[in-house]
Amino acid sequence: MKIFIFLLVALLSMSVNSAPHGDELYARHCSSCHGVEGKGGVGVPLALPSFLNSVSDEYLKKTIRYGRPGRIMPAFEMLSDAQLNAIAKHLRSWSGKPGLVEDTTVVIGDSKNGKQLFARFCAQCHGEEGRGGKGTGVTFSRKRDLPIIAPALNNTGFLASASDTMIRDTIIFGREGTPMTSMLVAGLSEEDINDIVSYIRSMEKTAAEFEQASNEIDDEPMVIIMDSPYGLEETVENLKQAITDQNFTLIRTEYLEHGLVAEGRENKKQVVLHFCNFGFLFEALAIDPRVGMFLPCRVTVIEKNGKVQLSTINPKRLSKLFNNRELDDSCQQMYEVYKTLLEDATL
Amino acid sequence: MKMLSHYVLSIILLCFAAASLASDLLMVRSQQSFPEAMLTLQTSISEHGYEITRVQRIDIGLTGMGYKTDKYRIVFVGKPKEIQYLVDKYPAMAAYMPPQISIFAEHGETVLITANPMIYAEMVDNEKDKVLFRRWESDVYSVFDDIRDAED
Repeated sequence: MKIFIFLLVALLSMSVNSAPHGDELYARHCSSCHGVEGKGGVGVPLALPSFLNSVSDEYLKKTIRYGRPGRIMPAFEMLSDAQLNAIAKHLRSWSGKPGLVEDTTVVIGDSKNGKQLFARFCAQCHGEEGRGGKGTGVTFSRKRDLPIIAPALNNTGFLASASDTMIRDTIIFGREGTPMTSMLVAGLSEEDINDIVSYIRSMEKTAAEFEQASNEIDDEPMVIIMDSPYGLEETVENLKQAITDQNFTLIRTEYLEHGLVAEGRENKKQVVLHFCNFGFLFEALAIDPRVGMFLPCRVTVIEKNGKVQLSTINPKRLSKLFNNRELDDSCQQMYEVYKTLLEDATL
Repeated sequence: MKMLSHYVLSIILLCFAAASLASDLLMVRSQQSFPEAMLTLQTSISEHGYEITRVQRIDIGLTGMGYKTDKYRIVFVGKPKEIQYLVDKYPAMAAYMPPQISIFAEHGETVLITANPMIYAEMVDNEKDKVLFRRWESDVYSVFDDIRDAED
């Protein structure tokens, strides 16, 4: 018994105490978005020398820890400090240089003037309220030679990670290899830049309120369900008509068990209709290429014990999975479409 | 004996803690080009005992409508008996069955994404049935490990 306990303790100690490998952690948690060599993709390119050389390890670690609420980058709360250190060290291996020492000096400026300057010089890329550029990923959203979409500054994750000095230096020097140019070269004075930093820092309150409001959305069920007063065939025909009426293209109608069992042996009481609106699909993929996993649109019609029921995914519930606030409107819109389809088919 | 039960309990708690911290979205990047990554995915799915019920092309519909896009497919995956069991017992689950993996090209690489099967667990009321999703989750991790480790 003692040996068994000893082995258990040894096993647990091994997993807890073994030094984390930054490359492995990066491959598992980061590479799918940021690229195996940090060249970017769904996420921003981390291997850019102008980026790595202008941020501290603290900034990198806080970014991983807090993420960017509503901007795809998740918060990796489950990683230990040692694991964060290991990932930061791995990122540094790309530049071969140590990070900047974090400077927490508070920049004093006139945020009122900063707001006006921000509207003139920054909002075009970072958005009117600093909520960031639109879209993500190179597949649909941006040109292949554009390495980055302007980050959201009005974001609790960013504001908790970036020091005033880091923000100021980024505005002063720009980021080579990205559309972010030096604002000194653009004609602003250092005092102007301090004002902009002060304005960005003042976003902390609105960012927190905005995120809180997003989190207050009631818990949505996973599916939208509706009972049909009609038989299976009639319900399917009604649904086809409703799909066309909503300007969607019916792709195919098949049994749910298609491909699962031999042809002809499917349960004929379980039917799936696949349909699409390509304009809407393209817009959704441009906002976030990951949404394809719930596409194309489909509604299932099932007859069981003489009762016919329609069901479909609930886009409002799924939008929470993506941590992408931009998707929320599209998901709301799609929720309304699904509800209308189900109502029209069962009227 | 009491000590042993403490340790066993600790291990169980650790397992649950790790599971509860898992992401709702599971993603992996392959350094393989799209066709090769698709082949690796198909092989791994088959080796894990699952069947591909359909591969839906998304890009062809988009390019046909004049949109500029890259390769994008949705792969429907499942085990017949498990899908039949779930849909029969929980008809509302049909909206998500069979589960889907999306696979798309990004530069010369390929990205794969799926929902963590554990999100379906909230639709079932039986602890025994929830174990099924835990196994699916573990299998997705394993398939994605195969994708990540595949040679260029």
